[in-house]
Amino acid sequence: MFRVCSLQLAKALVLAEIAEGKIAPASLSAITAAAKVGPVTALAAGKNAKAAADILAKTKGVEEVLLVDGAQYDNGLAENFAPLIQSAIAKNGYTHVFAGTSAFGKNIIPRSAAKQNAMPISEITEVKDENTFVRQQYAGNAVTTVKSSDKVKFCTVRGTSFERAATEGGNGKVVEFAPAEASSKARFVEDKISKSDKVDLTTAATVITGGRGIKNKENFKILEDLAAPLGAGIGATRAVVDAGYAPNEMQVGQTGKTVAPNFYLAFGVSGAIQHVAGMKDSKVIAVVNTDEEAPFFQIADYGIVEDLFKVAPALTEKVKANK
Amino acid sequence: MLRFSSPMLFRTTLPNHLKVMVGVKRVVDYTVKVRVKDNKIQTANAKMSVNPFDEIAIEEAIKLKEKKIATEVIAVTVGNKKSEEVLRTAMALGCDKAIHIVVPDAEAEGVESLAVAQIFQKLHEEIKPDLWILGKQAVDGDFGNTSQLLAGLLDIPQGTFASEVDVKDKKVKVTREVDAGHQVLELDTPCVIAADLRLNTPRFPKLPNIMKARKKPIDTREVASLGVDIKPRLTIETVCEPEARKAGIKVKTIDEFYDKLHNEAKVI
Repeated sequence: MFRVCSLQLAKALVLAEIAEGKIAPASLSAITAAAKVGPVTALAAGKNAKAAADILAKTKGVEEVLLVDGAQYDNGLAENFAPLIQSAIAKNGYTHVFAGTSAFGKNIIPRSAAKQNAMPISEITEVKDENTFVRQQYAGNAVTTVKSSDKVKFCTVRGTSFERAATEGGNGKVVEFAPAEASSKARFVEDKISKSDKVDLTTAATVITGGRGIKNKENFKILEDLAAPLGAGIGATRAVVDAGYAPNEMQVGQTGKTVAPNFYLAFGVSGAIQHVAGMKDSKVIAVVNTDEEAPFFQIADYGIVEDLFKVAPALTEKVKANK
Repeated sequence: MLRFSSPMLFRTTLPNHLKVMVGVKRVVDYTVKVRVKDNKIQTANAKMSVNPFDEIAIEEAIKLKEKKIATEVIAVTVGNKKSEEVLRTAMALGCDKAIHIVVPDAEAEGVESLAVAQIFQKLHEEIKPDLWILGKQAVDGDFGNTSQLLAGLLDIPQGTFASEVDVKDKKVKVTREVDAGHQVLELDTPCVIAADLRLNTPRFPKLPNIMKARKKPIDTREVASLGVDIKPRLTIETVCEPEARKAGIKVKTIDEFYDKLHNEAKVI
């Protein structure tokens, strides 16, 4: 078979997402996925990417880190990253380019793929071999195994489907790599970041979500009260975000974030296909809803047909009492 | 001011006015839960609709026209004969004309976003629009990469996951939904915008407009005439349903609910 031979030739590049000097958890999952096809090189680009490059060098599974110094990489502009990835492929012959499925990865990976005339494979959940990947379609209702015939494979990796690579125990070397020419056609204006001390949704062990049943913005307070002692992240459904009760970055679902926490607790969420797509891989699911016909009860491990305004405060009290 | 019935007349006289192209895809309606059988997704008798994100893209393009920023909005789809209906919808909503790239039935389902982007690239070179507005993802394949591929092929800027678009002096200020909040970019035209959910609320087509849309022109072309290889790069090896979760239990009281979560599942 040729497989063994080609496996040895596979070389993966992982596009690292750096936020405030830290490596995004999605990138660490991408490293785990990439290590399944061959030796991993991580790409750390930015004005002060040295510290992040050092973390990546210590990350398990990373053999080499390309350190690129350039302020044009600080805001994640795909117009600047795509030529950089292209030059890295041209120079080092990578056969795979991976990134986490985040707004950053989803923005850059397909544009880079276009430069190589390749069909990108979005949000993979499994690496079968260096050409074959598993992903979901139709809001998670079909699981598809695809085999790519492209010379260079571009994949975004579903963070909840792969363990995050440990940021210690690795022994990669940091190599400087030349920045590519910056684009003048797209300019960064500003970031409007929701400042919060809340737990990050995508990495939280417990997620508490409010749906339409929460009725208004102020009522999220009762979910926050329960989330605090549990160290839980707080999510929302599309209906709630559309109504302005919660900011968009809290949306869980097909078009929002995908989460797979240990425990997912939903209050007043009906369980529409699009919402379930973003959380159905959670280990334990519990649902509180006054509507006993809510489809969410069909996938929940535990359900209670009851008013969330009674259940949430009662749970909060019990959790606090048992601390 | 004189009013002309055809917006085409303005095109050459007012330099700030834009030509907008909107990509539209016919997909299984988002409310339908698809089934998998015989290693294939069963779509044969499913209700079909305009991809929800494309409705938002159409709405944004029409709004630009209503604000007199865009002079012409052209809807385009790549798909089998039946895909014509999504173009009729687009025109009933206010698109001026439409281009249908017809793919034979046998190949239609396998057309990948790379091929669509390459087809759009050809159309771009011919029609030279100032702005492309596409949906951020199609709810069937869930790939979400056509807009980025198109921008990459054309080497023009991209504004993905757009929740606000402001066009002025041939520049596009776009607010993007990113993981931690929003990011604002300014892009030169021509550029590609990918519409996110919160960009706008699409309107419904009115009956008289649906009737009128039947008379609007559709430029129908066979995909073969474009010289784009639509052979899929990804071969589908297997399709299966996701693993079903085992049935859970419904409890009666809050005490019992807590007890199960605390003592049985040990999650709180």
